[in-house]
Amino acid sequence: MPGPDRLSNHSALTIRGLKKSFGEVVAVDGLDLDVARGECFGLLGPNGAGKTTTIEICEGLTTPDSGTVELLGLDWQREASALRQRIGIQLQETQFPEKLKVDETLRLFRSFFDRGLSVERSIAMAQLEEKRKSRVGGLSGGQKQRLAMACALVGDPELLFLDEPTTGLDPQARRNLWELVDQLKGAGRTIILTTHYMDEAERLCNRVAVMDHGRIIALGTPKELIASIGGEQIVEFAIGEDAPFDAAILTQIPGVESHRVHAGLHQLFVSELHTTVPPIFALLESQGAHLTEFRTHSATLEDVFVSLTGRNLRDE
Amino acid sequence: MNKLSESSLYQLTSARFRLFFREPEAVFWIFVFPILLSVGLSIAFRNRPADVLQVAGTTAQITQALNADRGLRATTMDEATGAKALATGRVLLLAVQRPGGVTFDYDDTNPDARTARLIADRAIQKAAGEQDSVETANQQVHEAGARYIDFVIPGLLGMNLMSSAIWGLGFSIVEARQKKLLKRLVASPMPRWQYLASFLLSRLLLLVIEVGVFLGFSRVVFGVPFRGPIWQLALVCVLASLSFSALGLLIASRAKTMEAASGLMNLVMLPMWIVSGVFFSASRFPNILQPFIRALPLTAAIDALRGNMLQGASLTNLTLPVAVLMAWLLVSFAIALRIFRWR
Repeated sequence: MPGPDRLSNHSALTIRGLKKSFGEVVAVDGLDLDVARGECFGLLGPNGAGKTTTIEICEGLTTPDSGTVELLGLDWQREASALRQRIGIQLQETQFPEKLKVDETLRLFRSFFDRGLSVERSIAMAQLEEKRKSRVGGLSGGQKQRLAMACALVGDPELLFLDEPTTGLDPQARRNLWELVDQLKGAGRTIILTTHYMDEAERLCNRVAVMDHGRIIALGTPKELIASIGGEQIVEFAIGEDAPFDAAILTQIPGVESHRVHAGLHQLFVSELHTTVPPIFALLESQGAHLTEFRTHSATLEDVFVSLTGRNLRDE
Repeated sequence: MNKLSESSLYQLTSARFRLFFREPEAVFWIFVFPILLSVGLSIAFRNRPADVLQVAGTTAQITQALNADRGLRATTMDEATGAKALATGRVLLLAVQRPGGVTFDYDDTNPDARTARLIADRAIQKAAGEQDSVETANQQVHEAGARYIDFVIPGLLGMNLMSSAIWGLGFSIVEARQKKLLKRLVASPMPRWQYLASFLLSRLLLLVIEVGVFLGFSRVVFGVPFRGPIWQLALVCVLASLSFSALGLLIASRAKTMEAASGLMNLVMLPMWIVSGVFFSASRFPNILQPFIRALPLTAAIDALRGNMLQGASLTNLTLPVAVLMAWLLVSFAIALRIFRWR
């Protein structure tokens, strides 16, 4: 376990001016980022936003076109082998050999590290005790993902990279994996993860960066980001098309912070539902608008993304 | 656990071993198939008393004359029926009575038909009263080392060394690349050379079993001779296996899918199965092609194996094939390392 004595004053991750293109496609377009030790940091964004390219540059798997990356005070050009010993990596869609057993796979990965956890300990952390003698091919999706986590943990890393750890898992398996990440956070490890599930980022991360088209478009704690869109509650409604309707007057209602139309729905960002909803109803009625839909929900990071980009996360 | 079993090279190599032995198909192709093939060939080409050849004559006299030789069995048929029997292969030769003598109808590209022609001619001359001017007698010899099975065993061994090395390396590496396992391994502190070395190590260890079982079987069941020094035979096997492994590595160095890899492997191996002298001598191909055929690794491997086993040649007499194998090893390995794609 990394105790406070092993934490130097270097930050866990420092990125400056990072750029990477693949042919014509700009994947990362000038990125600056700092992650402190002990943080659980989330890179959020839709598919193709540049999350995986960014994290693979951090993992030393991709060379950037320009910019600098420093992990734990070390860089990839000069201290690659020392760095590899100190970080743990879980990649998107790695398939381990199906005919190796769980403990054999972990013993193999453990042999690459100078120091680390025992194989038994890593199996216990990933809650795979019952499967330790099973072949990888016989594991469920969630168990395979926990095995990938165990392989990332077996070198007892100070810094852990998780690239879309719960994509493709069923809800129960996702929750199990979240619990594992919670435990690792509790043990003081630095975790950097990517996800396109906003609820996952809200649940796990101390801070998140929202990425779009290779840039960071918002950065902060989930609470700060949600507060930044003004109004913690969202009222959504749709009205029949026959009546002419002036949306501008809605924002004159006290407590309504902003209004937008998204995918045919009117969205109002409000601070307090109980004082704001009755005047909204009254106003709609006085306008003669015919409501076809009406609902409210607490603002999420999803709404942050929509308000920043005008698109849904999984539009593409 | 002791230190050795904790080392990454040991773990990588033993993972290779486990994966191989947990793949029943691979075990079959490498250990069982060559033995089945050699048994099949030995049955097809077994040394047996010369066949009695089926022939026909157009008159009863000719048929009688032909039947007088124990090597022939003749029937009488008219010329039209005989031509049909000849065309369908029921008889090898038709002896036709003509005004001036006897005409033989037969296919001179068929060795059995040519034999039938010689025997039939002798039988008819003898019936006409011709005497042998020199008394001759037969003594039959079946010498180990000169039989077809002796010829084909080194060929099969060479073929097996090639397929096991190329398939073993090629498929495993391309599969690991396709399933992103290579990328995951490179992201760990694993020394990259150890990954490739684990393939060569496990290949060499499997080689001991593979060659031992196959040659042991050939020795016990067929009595195939080992005339050259055994340690040199072992050395040739190791060298050949390493050359083919390097070739397999080269084939696998960039392919991204199993389909592409198996296409490439067939492209490389199929021509060699045909021209490199596995089942018949490579010298049957035209002279103009010989330099190319001799430069192929499988030809070199089989030449060296036959030289050692059948002619008892020492390595100093096998410098050409050994040099060819060395060249393939070094050149393929150097190119493969340079262009290898880890992700």
